[in-house]
Amino acid sequence: MSNPPKDFKIFEFSKENKAKIELILKRYPEGRQASAILPLFDLAQRQCGGWLPPSAIEKVTEILGVSLVRGYEVATFYTMFNLTPVGQYHVQICGTTPCMLRGSEDLKRVCKKHLGIAEGETTEDGLFTVNEVECIGACVNAPAVQINDDYFEDLTKETFLNLLEDLKGGKDIKPGSAVGRQGSAPLEPPHERHPREGGEPGDA
Amino acid sequence: MLIKDSDRIFTNLYGRQDWHLPEAKSRGDWDKTKTYIAQGQQWIIQEVMTSGLRGRGGAGFPTGKKWSFMPKDDGVTPRYLIINADESEPGTCKDRDILRHEPHKLIEGALLSAFAIGSHTGYIYIRGEFYREAQHLETAIEEAYEAGLLGKNAAGSGWDFDLYVHRGAGAYICGEETALLESLEGRKGMPRLKPPFPAVVGLYGCPTIVNNVETIAVVPTILRRGGAWFASLGTPDNTGTKIFCIAGHVNTPCNVEEAMGIPLKELIETYGGGVRGGWDNLLAVIPGGASVPLIPTDICDNVLMDFTSLAQCKSGLGTGALIVMDKSTDIVKAIARLSKFYMHESCGQCTPCREGTGWMWRMLTRLSDGIGTVEDIDLLEQVTYEIEGHTICALGDAAAWPVQGLIRHFRPELERRLGVRRAG
Repeated sequence: MSNPPKDFKIFEFSKENKAKIELILKRYPEGRQASAILPLFDLAQRQCGGWLPPSAIEKVTEILGVSLVRGYEVATFYTMFNLTPVGQYHVQICGTTPCMLRGSEDLKRVCKKHLGIAEGETTEDGLFTVNEVECIGACVNAPAVQINDDYFEDLTKETFLNLLEDLKGGKDIKPGSAVGRQGSAPLEPPHERHPREGGEPGDA
Repeated sequence: MLIKDSDRIFTNLYGRQDWHLPEAKSRGDWDKTKTYIAQGQQWIIQEVMTSGLRGRGGAGFPTGKKWSFMPKDDGVTPRYLIINADESEPGTCKDRDILRHEPHKLIEGALLSAFAIGSHTGYIYIRGEFYREAQHLETAIEEAYEAGLLGKNAAGSGWDFDLYVHRGAGAYICGEETALLESLEGRKGMPRLKPPFPAVVGLYGCPTIVNNVETIAVVPTILRRGGAWFASLGTPDNTGTKIFCIAGHVNTPCNVEEAMGIPLKELIETYGGGVRGGWDNLLAVIPGGASVPLIPTDICDNVLMDFTSLAQCKSGLGTGALIVMDKSTDIVKAIARLSKFYMHESCGQCTPCREGTGWMWRMLTRLSDGIGTVEDIDLLEQVTYEIEGHTICALGDAAAWPVQGLIRHFRPELERRLGVRRAG
């Protein structure tokens, strides 16, 4: 992430990633190395600061011995591969119905207004890119937002804007529920027959 | 009717305890695993059949029966166990809890299931967005290797089993088992024609079983406590426990493990803290993840949460994920948003789905704004039946059903909007 913006005309995997590739290839049977295309694209994207330049697609297809067109087919099919550069923080707001019912449209609106960008755009300082995404699978902690590898859940307009401000100010932010829920547990025992989960510390 | 705590399988669902191997062992995971393997493949398959376990990924196919479709082992062709952790069905977030808080239940289940189907290699295909969950899983797998629970002579059973994590990259369709196989082979996730079914021609053309995370993770407990114990919970044909997700307009959204066949109302009131504004404020519930038709309040009053009961009212249990909508909901917009989801996720292989999903979304968006005629509603309904059943995989069906459910139960609301616009 600390790299200055690059055009990546030439792409080469780092030494560390080359070692990882060795291990990844061993997961698949002899002659089935093409299976590693998603993991390798992911490594390349991480190395390039969050996007997958054409030179990296080419490099991966070379390593795996598959045609370049297949590389492009795969890279364009899966939404997690960014084919244009993204900001340091890729803010992905879940907009599918379960999150929508709990306020994701508000989050989208205040986020775009706060950062002054439209969907798919990156702020001038290169910090943020905002996108609406489809269900990220945190529906009982809706509304949820994914920022890079982490989920931020049970958000309100206020807690979400605080997150963005903290990121701007270079502060650490805590993933998970913004209202202090433990995973997918209900916020408060709604009923005395609330599941206690056998033998847990702190349970009556 | 609520189950006893002692009948819950996932004792660390919320992650209140540690998920690493020593803690998992203290909760009973990996206890005497080899003794179950010592009783043979047939015994395991028979126990799973006795348990009545039905696949937890949405379709509800009997697991033991699926396993029995594997062809005879010729001793040469590899056989694969694939665990489908591509959880992406809107409303559903149950497998995520197993992956991050109970990974060892899944890994032990993988070994036992792999042995039962004669497989030495397994892959867990996890959705790419679940990065932290995949980290937990990979760490747990490393712990299992170090403790001799995976690899050569896994858990001292005499059976060799290797298990790998394979991360996806953002495609709902890869939760469809043949699209998952395509993706795992390094291609676009476009479903294959069936037959041949994966049990015969699967990963790399070899016999393959694809099971959901929750399905595999309950196998160790079924073997420990007996198939008959599992079958004693729930309702006939809908046995055992299930993790339900309660999302949307409830006071305390959550995941919870309960017996199959629990009344929908009881589930929402006991665990979801009730509908926001009270039960009378309920408008509709989508009871099984986005792909099943919604049900209105009069059905919600009495329906049971199981495959049979929900199919009887033209909906489905699907993944067991409830999306609860109160009277403040713009129901047309809510369903239109699901259509947008399917439009985004259609792989583009079959014309009815590729073109139809977008068309349905545009049509619903118009109707939502009161633009169109009453005939448009009929046309929309007719088109859903042109999509349903005319595609290689079930995504076309899944896109059509929510729209059909909307028209079935909320046609007056659609007509009202057209009328309001015309009158205005």
